[in-house]
Amino acid sequence: MIQAIFQYEFLQNAFLTGLIIGVIAPLLGAFIVVRRLSLIADALSHVTLSGIAASLFLSKSVVMFNGLNPLWMGMTFSVIGSLFIERLRTVYKHYQELAIPIILSGGIGIGVIFISLADGFNTDLFSYLFGSVSAVSRDDLWLILGIAIVVLSLVIILYKELFLLSFDEEFGKASGLPAKALHLIFMVMVALVIAASMRIVGILLVSSLMTLPVAAAMRIARGFKQTIFFSILFGELAVIAGLFSAFYLDLAPGGTIVVSSILLLLLAIALKKWQVMRK
Amino acid sequence: MVSGKSNVLLSVWKCVYSVVVKSEPFLFERDVSMASSNIIELKNVNYRYDRDFVLTNINLAIPQGAFLGIVGPNGSGKSTLLKIILGLLKPREGKVVLFDQAQAKFREWERIGYVSQKANAFNTGFPATVYEVVASGLTKKTGLFHMIGKKRRPQIEKAIKAVSMENFMDRNIGELSGGQQQRVFIARAIVSEPDILILDEPTVGVDSKNVQTFYDMLDHLNKKLGITLVLVTHDIGTITNKVTHVACLNNTLHFHGSTADFEQVKDQELSQFYGHDVQRLHHDHAHEGSL
Repeated sequence: MIQAIFQYEFLQNAFLTGLIIGVIAPLLGAFIVVRRLSLIADALSHVTLSGIAASLFLSKSVVMFNGLNPLWMGMTFSVIGSLFIERLRTVYKHYQELAIPIILSGGIGIGVIFISLADGFNTDLFSYLFGSVSAVSRDDLWLILGIAIVVLSLVIILYKELFLLSFDEEFGKASGLPAKALHLIFMVMVALVIAASMRIVGILLVSSLMTLPVAAAMRIARGFKQTIFFSILFGELAVIAGLFSAFYLDLAPGGTIVVSSILLLLLAIALKKWQVMRK
Repeated sequence: MVSGKSNVLLSVWKCVYSVVVKSEPFLFERDVSMASSNIIELKNVNYRYDRDFVLTNINLAIPQGAFLGIVGPNGSGKSTLLKIILGLLKPREGKVVLFDQAQAKFREWERIGYVSQKANAFNTGFPATVYEVVASGLTKKTGLFHMIGKKRRPQIEKAIKAVSMENFMDRNIGELSGGQQQRVFIARAIVSEPDILILDEPTVGVDSKNVQTFYDMLDHLNKKLGITLVLVTHDIGTITNKVTHVACLNNTLHFHGSTADFEQVKDQELSQFYGHDVQRLHHDHAHEGSL
Protein backbone atom coordinates (compact mmCIF):
# COMPACT_ATOMS: atom_id res chain seq x y z
CA MET A 1 0.00 0.00 0.00
CA ILE A 2 2.89 2.33 0.79
CA GLN A 3 3.95 2.09 -2.84
CA ALA A 4 0.40 2.34 -4.06
CA ILE A 5 -0.11 5.53 -2.06
CA PHE A 6 2.50 7.28 -4.17
CA GLN A 7 0.89 5.96 -7.33
CA TYR A 8 -2.79 6.56 -6.86
CA GLU A 9 -4.33 9.88 -5.96
CA PHE A 10 -7.45 8.27 -4.49
CA LEU A 11 -5.32 6.38 -1.98
CA GLN A 12 -3.51 9.54 -1.00
CA ASN A 13 -6.86 11.23 -0.47
CA ALA A 14 -8.18 8.39 1.65
CA PHE A 15 -5.02 8.10 3.70
CA LEU A 16 -4.61 11.82 4.39
CA THR A 17 -8.29 12.21 5.20
CA GLY A 18 -8.02 9.23 7.53
CA LEU A 19 -5.06 10.76 9.35
CA ILE A 20 -6.92 14.05 9.75
CA ILE A 21 -10.10 12.56 11.17
CA GLY A 22 -7.97 10.27 13.33
CA VAL A 23 -7.02 13.46 15.18
CA ILE A 24 -10.21 15.53 15.27
CA ALA A 25 -12.77 12.78 15.91
CA PRO A 26 -11.17 11.41 19.11
CA LEU A 27 -10.23 14.95 20.19
CA LEU A 28 -13.85 16.06 20.28
CA GLY A 29 -14.84 12.56 21.35
CA ALA A 30 -12.95 13.05 24.62
CA PHE A 31 -15.21 15.99 25.49
CA ILE A 32 -18.32 14.18 24.23
CA VAL A 33 -17.68 11.06 26.31
CA VAL A 34 -16.98 12.88 29.58
CA ARG A 35 -20.11 14.95 29.10
CA ARG A 36 -22.08 11.73 28.60
CA LEU A 37 -23.24 12.83 25.19
CA SER A 38 -21.94 9.82 23.25
CA LEU A 39 -25.28 9.26 21.58
CA ILE A 40 -25.42 12.78 20.20
CA ALA A 41 -22.77 11.82 17.68
CA ASP A 42 -25.08 9.07 16.48
CA ALA A 43 -28.07 11.37 16.22
CA LEU A 44 -26.10 13.93 14.23
CA SER A 45 -24.63 11.35 11.89
CA HIS A 46 -28.14 10.27 10.93
CA VAL A 47 -29.07 13.88 10.26
CA THR A 48 -25.98 14.07 8.06
CA LEU A 49 -27.35 11.04 6.19
CA SER A 50 -30.55 12.92 5.38
CA GLY A 51 -28.44 15.78 4.04
CA ILE A 52 -26.41 13.42 1.86
CA ALA A 53 -29.56 11.70 0.60
CA ALA A 54 -31.17 15.06 -0.13
CA SER A 55 -28.10 16.15 -2.05
CA LEU A 56 -27.97 12.92 -4.06
CA PHE A 57 -31.65 13.27 -4.90
CA LEU A 58 -31.42 16.94 -5.83
CA SER A 59 -28.36 16.39 -8.01
CA LYS A 60 -30.46 13.92 -10.01
CA SER A 61 -33.53 16.12 -10.36
CA VAL A 62 -32.36 19.73 -10.18
CA VAL A 63 -29.69 20.95 -12.56
CA MET A 64 -28.38 23.54 -10.12
CA PHE A 65 -27.34 20.88 -7.64
CA ASN A 66 -25.62 18.75 -10.23
CA GLY A 67 -21.97 18.38 -9.34
CA LEU A 68 -22.34 19.82 -5.85
CA ASN A 69 -20.32 17.82 -3.34
CA PRO A 70 -22.92 16.03 -1.13
CA LEU A 71 -20.63 16.66 1.82
CA TRP A 72 -21.69 20.32 1.83
CA MET A 73 -25.33 19.55 2.28
CA GLY A 74 -24.56 16.80 4.78
CA MET A 75 -22.56 19.32 6.78
CA THR A 76 -25.35 21.90 6.60
CA PHE A 77 -27.97 19.41 7.79
CA SER A 78 -25.69 18.25 10.57
CA VAL A 79 -25.13 21.78 11.85
CA ILE A 80 -28.86 22.54 11.70
CA GLY A 81 -29.48 19.27 13.54
CA SER A 82 -27.03 20.29 16.28
CA LEU A 83 -28.90 23.56 16.74
CA PHE A 84 -32.18 21.64 17.00
CA ILE A 85 -30.73 19.34 19.65
CA GLU A 86 -29.65 22.35 21.69
CA ARG A 87 -33.11 23.85 21.38
CA LEU A 88 -34.84 20.60 22.33
CA ARG A 89 -32.57 20.14 25.32
CA THR A 90 -33.84 23.41 26.76
CA VAL A 91 -37.45 22.54 25.92
CA TYR A 92 -37.21 19.18 27.73
CA LYS A 93 -35.15 20.39 30.64
CA HIS A 94 -35.64 17.30 32.76
CA TYR A 95 -35.41 14.80 29.90
CA GLN A 96 -32.46 16.16 27.99
CA GLU A 97 -31.66 12.80 26.41
CA LEU A 98 -35.05 12.89 24.69
CA ALA A 99 -33.55 15.28 22.13
CA ILE A 100 -31.35 12.46 20.83
CA PRO A 101 -34.03 9.96 19.67
CA ILE A 102 -36.12 12.80 18.27
CA ILE A 103 -33.28 14.08 16.11
CA LEU A 104 -32.01 10.59 15.28
CA SER A 105 -35.33 9.28 14.00
CA GLY A 106 -36.05 12.59 12.30
CA GLY A 107 -32.75 12.34 10.45
CA ILE A 108 -33.35 8.74 9.35
CA GLY A 109 -36.95 9.53 8.39
CA ILE A 110 -36.03 12.41 6.13
CA GLY A 111 -33.10 10.42 4.78
CA VAL A 112 -35.30 7.46 3.86
CA ILE A 113 -37.76 9.74 2.05
CA PHE A 114 -35.02 11.22 -0.09
CA ILE A 115 -33.48 7.79 -0.71
CA SER A 116 -36.82 6.46 -2.01
CA LEU A 117 -37.34 9.60 -4.06
CA ALA A 118 -33.92 9.04 -5.60
CA ASP A 119 -34.96 5.47 -6.52
CA GLY A 120 -33.29 3.58 -3.77
CA PHE A 121 -29.72 2.72 -2.94
CA ASN A 122 -26.82 3.10 -5.28
CA THR A 123 -23.13 2.51 -4.78
CA ASP A 124 -22.60 6.17 -3.96
CA LEU A 125 -24.92 6.02 -1.02
CA PHE A 126 -23.41 2.72 0.10
CA SER A 127 -20.00 4.37 0.34
CA TYR A 128 -21.46 7.13 2.49
CA LEU A 129 -23.06 4.60 4.83
CA PHE A 130 -20.00 2.44 5.46
CA GLY A 131 -17.09 4.56 4.31
CA SER A 132 -14.86 4.00 1.35
CA VAL A 133 -11.18 3.89 0.47
CA SER A 134 -11.75 4.77 -3.16
CA ALA A 135 -14.49 7.41 -3.04
CA VAL A 136 -12.63 10.24 -1.31
CA SER A 137 -11.99 13.04 -3.80
CA ARG A 138 -9.45 15.87 -3.64
CA ASP A 139 -12.43 18.15 -3.05
CA ASP A 140 -13.44 16.13 -0.01
CA LEU A 141 -9.89 16.25 1.28
CA TRP A 142 -9.71 20.05 1.10
CA LEU A 143 -13.09 20.47 2.75
CA ILE A 144 -12.14 18.08 5.56
CA LEU A 145 -8.79 19.80 6.00
CA GLY A 146 -10.64 23.12 6.35
CA ILE A 147 -12.97 21.68 8.97
CA ALA A 148 -9.99 20.22 10.84
CA ILE A 149 -8.18 23.56 10.96
CA VAL A 150 -11.27 25.34 12.28
CA VAL A 151 -11.98 22.66 14.90
CA LEU A 152 -8.38 22.34 16.05
CA SER A 153 -7.93 26.08 16.53
CA LEU A 154 -11.24 26.40 18.37
CA VAL A 155 -10.41 23.55 20.75
CA ILE A 156 -6.96 24.99 21.45
CA ILE A 157 -8.31 28.50 22.03
CA LEU A 158 -11.27 27.37 24.14
CA TYR A 159 -9.60 24.40 25.84
CA LYS A 160 -9.85 25.61 29.44
CA GLU A 161 -13.44 26.79 28.98
CA LEU A 162 -14.50 23.51 27.36
CA PHE A 163 -12.74 21.53 30.07
CA LEU A 164 -14.43 23.40 32.89
CA LEU A 165 -17.83 23.20 31.24
CA SER A 166 -17.44 19.45 30.72
CA PHE A 167 -16.21 18.80 34.23
CA ASP A 168 -18.59 20.99 36.19
CA GLU A 169 -21.10 23.08 34.28
CA GLU A 170 -22.56 24.72 37.38
CA PHE A 171 -19.17 25.89 38.61
CA GLY A 172 -18.42 27.20 35.13
CA LYS A 173 -21.61 29.20 35.07
CA ALA A 174 -21.03 30.44 38.61
CA SER A 175 -17.62 31.74 37.60
CA GLY A 176 -19.23 33.68 34.79
CA LEU A 177 -18.54 31.58 31.68
CA PRO A 178 -20.93 32.11 28.75
CA ALA A 179 -22.06 28.49 28.97
CA LYS A 180 -24.75 28.68 26.31
CA ALA A 181 -22.54 30.19 23.65
CA LEU A 182 -19.73 27.73 24.40
CA HIS A 183 -22.11 24.81 24.26
CA LEU A 184 -23.41 25.96 20.90
CA ILE A 185 -19.91 26.32 19.48
CA PHE A 186 -19.11 22.85 20.77
CA MET A 187 -22.20 21.29 19.16
CA VAL A 188 -21.47 22.92 15.82
CA MET A 189 -17.91 21.56 16.01
CA VAL A 190 -19.29 18.07 16.65
CA ALA A 191 -21.57 18.42 13.63
CA LEU A 192 -18.65 19.49 11.44
CA VAL A 193 -16.40 16.65 12.58
CA ILE A 194 -19.14 14.11 11.95
CA ALA A 195 -19.62 15.40 8.42
CA ALA A 196 -15.85 15.22 7.91
CA SER A 197 -15.40 11.71 9.33
CA MET A 198 -18.28 10.23 7.40
CA ARG A 199 -16.33 9.90 4.16
CA ILE A 200 -13.93 7.37 5.67
CA VAL A 201 -15.80 5.56 8.46
CA GLY A 202 -19.30 6.01 7.08
CA ILE A 203 -22.40 7.50 8.60
CA LEU A 204 -23.39 4.41 10.56
CA LEU A 205 -20.02 4.11 12.26
CA VAL A 206 -18.96 7.73 12.66
CA SER A 207 -19.65 7.81 16.38
CA SER A 208 -17.35 4.85 16.96
CA LEU A 209 -14.29 6.90 16.07
CA MET A 210 -15.40 9.51 18.59
CA THR A 211 -16.07 7.11 21.45
CA LEU A 212 -14.05 3.86 21.17
CA PRO A 213 -10.56 5.43 21.25
CA VAL A 214 -11.65 7.58 24.19
CA ALA A 215 -13.06 4.57 26.02
CA ALA A 216 -9.67 2.86 25.59
CA ALA A 217 -7.71 5.97 26.62
CA MET A 218 -9.76 6.43 29.78
CA ARG A 219 -8.62 3.02 31.02
CA ILE A 220 -4.97 3.93 31.09
CA ALA A 221 -4.65 7.73 31.11
CA ARG A 222 -3.96 9.98 34.06
CA GLY A 223 -5.72 13.29 33.69
CA PHE A 224 -7.66 14.83 30.85
CA LYS A 225 -4.79 15.97 28.65
CA GLN A 226 -3.37 12.46 28.69
CA THR A 227 -6.81 11.09 27.88
CA ILE A 228 -6.92 13.31 24.81
CA PHE A 229 -3.40 12.28 23.83
CA PHE A 230 -4.11 8.56 24.08
CA SER A 231 -7.49 8.97 22.37
CA ILE A 232 -5.81 10.53 19.35
CA LEU A 233 -3.05 7.92 19.41
CA PHE A 234 -5.60 5.07 19.44
CA GLY A 235 -7.71 6.86 16.84
CA GLU A 236 -4.75 7.13 14.48
CA LEU A 237 -3.71 3.51 15.03
CA ALA A 238 -7.26 2.33 14.32
CA VAL A 239 -7.53 4.43 11.17
CA ILE A 240 -4.17 3.30 9.79
CA ALA A 241 -4.76 -0.38 10.59
CA GLY A 242 -8.31 -0.12 9.29
CA LEU A 243 -7.37 1.53 6.00
CA PHE A 244 -4.58 -0.96 5.31
CA SER A 245 -6.76 -3.97 5.93
CA ALA A 246 -9.65 -2.43 3.99
CA PHE A 247 -7.38 -1.87 1.02
CA TYR A 248 -5.79 -5.33 1.00
CA LEU A 249 -8.90 -7.31 1.85
CA ASP A 250 -11.19 -5.14 -0.28
CA LEU A 251 -13.53 -4.30 2.61
CA ALA A 252 -15.43 -1.18 3.61
CA PRO A 253 -13.04 0.82 5.85
CA GLY A 254 -15.84 1.69 8.28
CA GLY A 255 -15.94 -1.92 9.43
CA THR A 256 -12.19 -2.48 9.61
CA ILE A 257 -11.61 0.79 11.51
CA VAL A 258 -14.25 -0.06 14.08
CA VAL A 259 -12.91 -3.59 14.54
CA SER A 260 -9.38 -2.19 14.99
CA SER A 261 -10.71 0.28 17.58
CA ILE A 262 -12.39 -2.51 19.48
CA LEU A 263 -9.20 -4.57 19.46
CA LEU A 264 -7.30 -1.58 20.85
CA LEU A 265 -9.98 -1.10 23.47
CA LEU A 266 -9.69 -4.73 24.59
CA LEU A 267 -5.94 -4.34 24.71
CA ALA A 268 -6.24 -1.24 26.92
CA ILE A 269 -8.64 -3.02 29.27
CA ALA A 270 -6.30 -6.02 29.50
CA LEU A 271 -3.33 -3.74 30.12
CA LYS A 272 -5.13 -2.01 32.97
CA LYS A 273 -6.09 -5.38 34.49
CA TRP A 274 -2.51 -6.53 34.28
CA GLN A 275 -1.28 -3.31 35.91
CA VAL A 276 -3.73 -3.67 38.78
CA MET A 277 -2.87 -7.34 39.30
CA ARG A 278 0.85 -6.59 39.40
CA LYS A 279 0.43 -4.04 42.21
CA MET B 1 -35.20 4.52 62.66
CA VAL B 2 -33.33 6.96 60.55
CA SER B 3 -36.47 8.69 59.38
CA GLY B 4 -37.60 8.94 62.98
CA LYS B 5 -34.47 10.86 63.76
CA SER B 6 -35.12 13.05 60.79
CA ASN B 7 -38.46 13.93 62.24
CA VAL B 8 -36.91 14.82 65.55
CA LEU B 9 -34.44 17.01 63.78
CA LEU B 10 -37.14 18.76 61.83
CA SER B 11 -39.10 19.37 64.98
CA VAL B 12 -36.01 20.85 66.58
CA TRP B 13 -35.87 23.19 63.69
CA LYS B 14 -39.45 24.19 63.93
CA CYS B 15 -39.03 25.04 67.58
CA VAL B 16 -35.89 27.07 67.01
CA TYR B 17 -37.72 28.99 64.38
CA SER B 18 -40.79 29.56 66.45
CA VAL B 19 -38.70 31.24 69.12
CA VAL B 20 -36.82 33.29 66.66
CA VAL B 21 -39.82 34.33 64.65
CA LYS B 22 -41.92 35.19 67.63
CA SER B 23 -39.37 37.10 69.61
CA GLU B 24 -37.29 38.51 66.73
CA PRO B 25 -34.60 39.63 69.14
CA PHE B 26 -32.09 40.66 66.52
CA LEU B 27 -33.18 43.07 63.89
CA PHE B 28 -31.14 42.39 60.90
CA GLU B 29 -31.53 45.81 59.34
CA ARG B 30 -29.06 47.08 61.90
CA ASP B 31 -26.23 45.41 60.09
CA VAL B 32 -27.21 46.71 56.68
CA SER B 33 -26.27 50.21 57.77
CA MET B 34 -22.59 49.23 57.84
CA ALA B 35 -22.73 48.77 54.09
CA SER B 36 -19.17 49.76 53.28
CA SER B 37 -17.56 46.72 54.89
CA ASN B 38 -20.09 44.27 53.51
CA ILE B 39 -19.01 41.99 50.72
CA ILE B 40 -22.46 40.74 49.82
CA GLU B 41 -25.81 42.37 50.45
CA LEU B 42 -29.28 41.14 49.68
CA LYS B 43 -32.17 43.55 50.07
CA ASN B 44 -35.78 42.38 50.19
CA VAL B 45 -35.10 39.45 47.89
CA ASN B 46 -38.03 37.23 46.89
CA TYR B 47 -37.86 34.13 44.74
CA ARG B 48 -40.30 31.51 43.55
CA TYR B 49 -39.80 28.63 41.11
CA ASP B 50 -43.42 28.03 40.18
CA ARG B 51 -46.20 29.14 42.42
CA ASP B 52 -44.97 29.25 46.01
CA PHE B 53 -42.27 31.58 47.18
CA VAL B 54 -39.15 29.69 48.22
CA LEU B 55 -37.55 32.83 49.59
CA THR B 56 -39.46 35.76 50.97
CA ASN B 57 -38.12 39.08 52.06
CA ILE B 58 -34.51 38.05 52.45
CA ASN B 59 -32.22 40.68 53.92
CA LEU B 60 -28.65 39.66 54.38
CA ALA B 61 -25.36 41.45 54.70
CA ILE B 62 -22.12 39.55 54.92
CA PRO B 63 -19.32 41.59 56.48
CA GLN B 64 -15.74 41.12 55.40
CA GLY B 65 -13.83 38.48 57.35
CA ALA B 66 -16.93 36.80 58.71
CA PHE B 67 -17.55 33.09 58.85
CA LEU B 68 -21.30 32.97 58.36
CA GLY B 69 -23.22 29.75 58.84
CA ILE B 70 -26.62 29.61 57.17
CA VAL B 71 -28.60 26.75 58.67
CA GLY B 72 -31.97 25.44 57.67
CA PRO B 73 -33.86 22.21 57.05
CA ASN B 74 -34.31 20.61 53.65
CA GLY B 75 -36.46 22.69 51.36
CA SER B 76 -35.81 25.88 53.29
CA GLY B 77 -34.33 27.56 50.21
CA LYS B 78 -30.64 27.28 51.12
CA SER B 79 -29.38 26.30 47.71
CA THR B 80 -31.74 28.76 46.02
CA LEU B 81 -30.32 31.55 48.14
CA LEU B 82 -26.78 30.64 47.11
CA LYS B 83 -27.75 30.42 43.45
CA ILE B 84 -29.18 33.92 43.65
CA ILE B 85 -25.97 35.26 45.19
CA LEU B 86 -23.95 33.54 42.47
CA GLY B 87 -26.14 34.91 39.71
CA LEU B 88 -27.33 31.47 38.59
CA LEU B 89 -30.91 32.52 39.41
CA LYS B 90 -32.38 36.00 39.16
CA PRO B 91 -34.51 37.19 42.10
CA ARG B 92 -38.12 37.99 41.25
CA GLU B 93 -37.95 41.02 43.48
CA GLY B 94 -35.26 42.74 45.49
CA LYS B 95 -31.65 43.68 45.04
CA VAL B 96 -28.36 41.85 45.20
CA VAL B 97 -25.22 43.90 45.75
CA LEU B 98 -21.80 42.29 45.36
CA PHE B 99 -18.74 44.28 46.40
CA ASP B 100 -20.78 47.49 46.32
CA GLN B 101 -21.90 46.85 42.74
CA ALA B 102 -25.35 45.91 41.53
CA GLN B 103 -25.25 42.25 40.53
CA ALA B 104 -26.25 42.93 36.92
CA LYS B 105 -23.12 45.05 36.47
CA PHE B 106 -20.80 42.80 38.48
CA ARG B 107 -18.11 41.15 36.36
CA GLU B 108 -15.37 40.11 38.80
CA TRP B 109 -16.79 36.66 39.48
CA GLU B 110 -13.33 35.33 40.31
CA ARG B 111 -13.64 37.21 43.61
CA ILE B 112 -16.36 34.78 44.67
CA GLY B 113 -15.31 31.16 45.15
CA TYR B 114 -17.99 28.48 45.15
CA VAL B 115 -18.03 24.87 46.31
CA SER B 116 -21.29 23.32 45.24
CA GLN B 117 -23.23 20.59 46.95
CA LYS B 118 -23.16 18.60 43.75
CA ALA B 119 -19.41 18.32 44.02
CA ASN B 120 -20.11 15.53 46.46
CA ALA B 121 -21.92 13.48 43.88
CA PHE B 122 -20.06 14.55 40.76
CA ASN B 123 -19.14 12.36 37.84
CA THR B 124 -16.49 10.31 39.65
CA GLY B 125 -15.12 8.68 36.52
CA PHE B 126 -14.01 11.96 35.04
CA PRO B 127 -10.42 11.55 33.88
CA ALA B 128 -8.87 14.68 35.34
CA THR B 129 -5.98 15.00 37.79
CA VAL B 130 -6.17 17.01 40.99
CA TYR B 131 -3.87 19.55 39.36
CA GLU B 132 -6.12 19.91 36.31
CA VAL B 133 -9.24 20.32 38.44
CA VAL B 134 -7.66 22.99 40.60
CA ALA B 135 -6.22 24.76 37.55
CA SER B 136 -9.70 24.96 36.05
CA GLY B 137 -10.56 27.35 38.88
CA LEU B 138 -8.42 29.91 37.06
CA THR B 139 -10.46 29.73 33.84
CA LYS B 140 -12.27 33.00 34.28
CA LYS B 141 -9.33 34.86 35.74
CA THR B 142 -6.98 33.83 32.95
CA GLY B 143 -9.40 35.18 30.39
CA LEU B 144 -10.40 34.17 26.88
CA PHE B 145 -7.64 33.38 24.33
CA HIS B 146 -5.10 32.76 27.10
CA MET B 147 -3.89 29.43 28.37
CA ILE B 148 -3.38 28.43 31.97
CA GLY B 149 0.33 28.08 31.46
CA LYS B 150 3.40 27.14 33.51
CA LYS B 151 3.48 30.67 34.90
CA ARG B 152 0.39 29.83 36.95
CA ARG B 153 1.87 26.64 38.38
CA PRO B 154 3.11 28.11 41.70
CA GLN B 155 -0.29 29.65 42.30
CA ILE B 156 -2.06 26.35 41.63
CA GLU B 157 0.36 24.40 43.82
CA LYS B 158 -0.14 26.91 46.61
CA ALA B 159 -3.89 26.34 46.56
CA ILE B 160 -3.37 22.57 46.61
CA LYS B 161 -1.00 22.92 49.58
CA ALA B 162 -3.50 25.13 51.40
CA VAL B 163 -5.85 22.13 51.54
CA SER B 164 -2.96 19.68 52.22
CA MET B 165 -3.43 17.70 49.01
CA GLU B 166 0.05 18.20 47.59
CA ASN B 167 0.80 14.47 47.67
CA PHE B 168 -2.13 13.75 45.38
CA MET B 169 -1.44 16.32 42.68
CA ASP B 170 -1.19 13.85 39.79
CA ARG B 171 -3.90 11.46 40.94
CA ASN B 172 -7.15 11.23 39.07
CA ILE B 173 -9.90 12.91 41.03
CA GLY B 174 -12.03 9.74 40.93
CA GLU B 175 -9.43 7.78 42.91
CA LEU B 176 -9.79 10.00 45.98
CA SER B 177 -12.10 9.66 48.96
CA GLY B 178 -15.09 11.96 49.39
CA GLY B 179 -13.29 14.14 51.91
CA GLN B 180 -10.21 14.45 49.72
CA GLN B 181 -12.34 15.35 46.72
CA GLN B 182 -14.03 18.04 48.73
CA ARG B 183 -10.63 19.51 49.62
CA VAL B 184 -9.74 19.58 45.95
CA PHE B 185 -12.93 21.46 45.16
CA ILE B 186 -12.07 23.98 47.83
CA ALA B 187 -8.62 24.38 46.33
CA ARG B 188 -10.27 24.98 42.96
CA ALA B 189 -12.48 27.63 44.53
CA ILE B 190 -9.62 29.45 46.30
CA VAL B 191 -7.01 29.26 43.54
CA SER B 192 -8.30 32.47 41.98
CA GLU B 193 -7.74 34.11 45.39
CA PRO B 194 -11.34 35.07 46.01
CA ASP B 195 -12.40 37.42 48.78
CA ILE B 196 -15.24 35.16 49.74
CA LEU B 197 -15.81 31.42 49.61
CA ILE B 198 -19.33 30.00 49.50
CA LEU B 199 -19.80 26.36 50.50
CA ASP B 200 -23.04 24.45 50.02
CA GLU B 201 -23.31 21.47 52.42
CA PRO B 202 -19.59 20.75 52.17
CA THR B 203 -19.47 17.90 54.67
CA VAL B 204 -22.02 15.66 53.00
CA GLY B 205 -20.08 12.59 51.85
CA VAL B 206 -17.15 13.32 54.16
CA ASP B 207 -16.73 10.62 56.78
CA SER B 208 -17.18 11.69 60.36
CA LYS B 209 -13.55 11.38 61.46
CA ASN B 210 -12.49 13.78 58.72
CA VAL B 211 -15.16 16.38 59.37
CA GLN B 212 -13.09 17.93 62.17
CA THR B 213 -9.98 18.27 60.00
CA PHE B 214 -12.19 19.74 57.36
CA TYR B 215 -13.45 22.46 59.68
CA ASP B 216 -9.91 23.10 60.92
CA MET B 217 -8.93 23.76 57.34
CA LEU B 218 -11.84 26.19 56.88
CA ASP B 219 -10.75 27.93 60.06
CA HIS B 220 -7.27 28.29 58.60
CA LEU B 221 -8.68 29.81 55.40
CA ASN B 222 -10.80 32.22 57.38
CA LYS B 223 -8.30 33.34 60.02
CA LYS B 224 -4.94 32.99 58.30
CA LEU B 225 -5.81 33.76 54.69
CA GLY B 226 -8.56 36.22 55.57
CA ILE B 227 -11.15 34.67 53.27
CA THR B 228 -14.74 35.44 54.19
CA LEU B 229 -16.70 32.21 54.42
CA VAL B 230 -20.35 31.41 53.93
CA LEU B 231 -21.28 27.87 54.82
CA VAL B 232 -24.74 26.51 54.19
CA THR B 233 -25.77 23.38 56.06
CA HIS B 234 -28.60 21.53 57.74
CA ASP B 235 -26.14 20.46 60.41
CA ILE B 236 -26.69 22.96 63.19
CA GLY B 237 -24.76 21.13 65.88
CA THR B 238 -21.38 20.92 64.26
CA ILE B 239 -21.08 24.43 62.98
CA THR B 240 -22.18 26.68 65.81
CA ASN B 241 -18.82 26.52 67.53
CA LYS B 242 -16.92 27.18 64.31
CA VAL B 243 -18.66 30.14 62.74
CA THR B 244 -18.70 33.77 63.79
CA HIS B 245 -22.23 34.54 62.58
CA VAL B 246 -25.33 32.42 62.26
CA ALA B 247 -28.44 32.88 60.17
CA CYS B 248 -31.43 30.55 60.15
CA LEU B 249 -33.25 30.06 56.91
CA ASN B 250 -36.73 28.71 56.50
CA ASN B 251 -37.94 30.51 53.42
CA THR B 252 -37.38 33.67 55.38
CA LEU B 253 -34.08 34.53 56.99
CA HIS B 254 -33.50 35.12 60.68
CA PHE B 255 -30.16 36.55 61.46
CA HIS B 256 -28.63 35.91 64.87
CA GLY B 257 -25.66 38.16 64.83
CA SER B 258 -22.83 36.49 66.69
CA THR B 259 -22.66 32.82 67.45
CA ALA B 260 -22.85 33.45 71.18
CA ASP B 261 -26.26 35.07 70.79
CA PHE B 262 -27.45 32.14 68.79
CA GLU B 263 -26.13 29.59 71.27
CA GLN B 264 -28.17 31.13 74.03
CA VAL B 265 -31.39 30.92 72.12
CA LYS B 266 -30.67 27.46 70.89
CA ASP B 267 -29.66 25.79 74.13
CA GLN B 268 -32.62 27.15 76.05
CA GLU B 269 -35.06 25.99 73.50
CA LEU B 270 -33.56 22.67 72.68
CA SER B 271 -33.24 21.54 76.29
CA GLN B 272 -36.71 22.75 77.12
CA PHE B 273 -38.29 20.61 74.47
CA TYR B 274 -36.06 17.61 74.15
CA GLY B 275 -33.96 17.34 77.27
CA HIS B 276 -30.22 16.97 77.49
CA ASP B 277 -29.82 14.32 74.80
CA VAL B 278 -30.69 16.45 71.87
CA GLN B 279 -27.23 17.67 70.98
CA ARG B 280 -25.75 14.21 70.97
CA LEU B 281 -28.59 12.74 69.02
CA HIS B 282 -28.20 15.50 66.55
CA HIS B 283 -24.50 14.87 66.12
CA ASP B 284 -24.96 11.16 65.60
CA HIS B 285 -27.54 11.91 63.07
CA ALA B 286 -25.48 14.41 61.18
CA HIS B 287 -22.62 12.01 60.87
CA GLU B 288 -24.77 9.33 59.38
CA GLY B 289 -25.44 11.78 56.65
CA SER B 290 -28.95 10.48 56.21
CA LEU B 291 -30.71 13.78 55.71
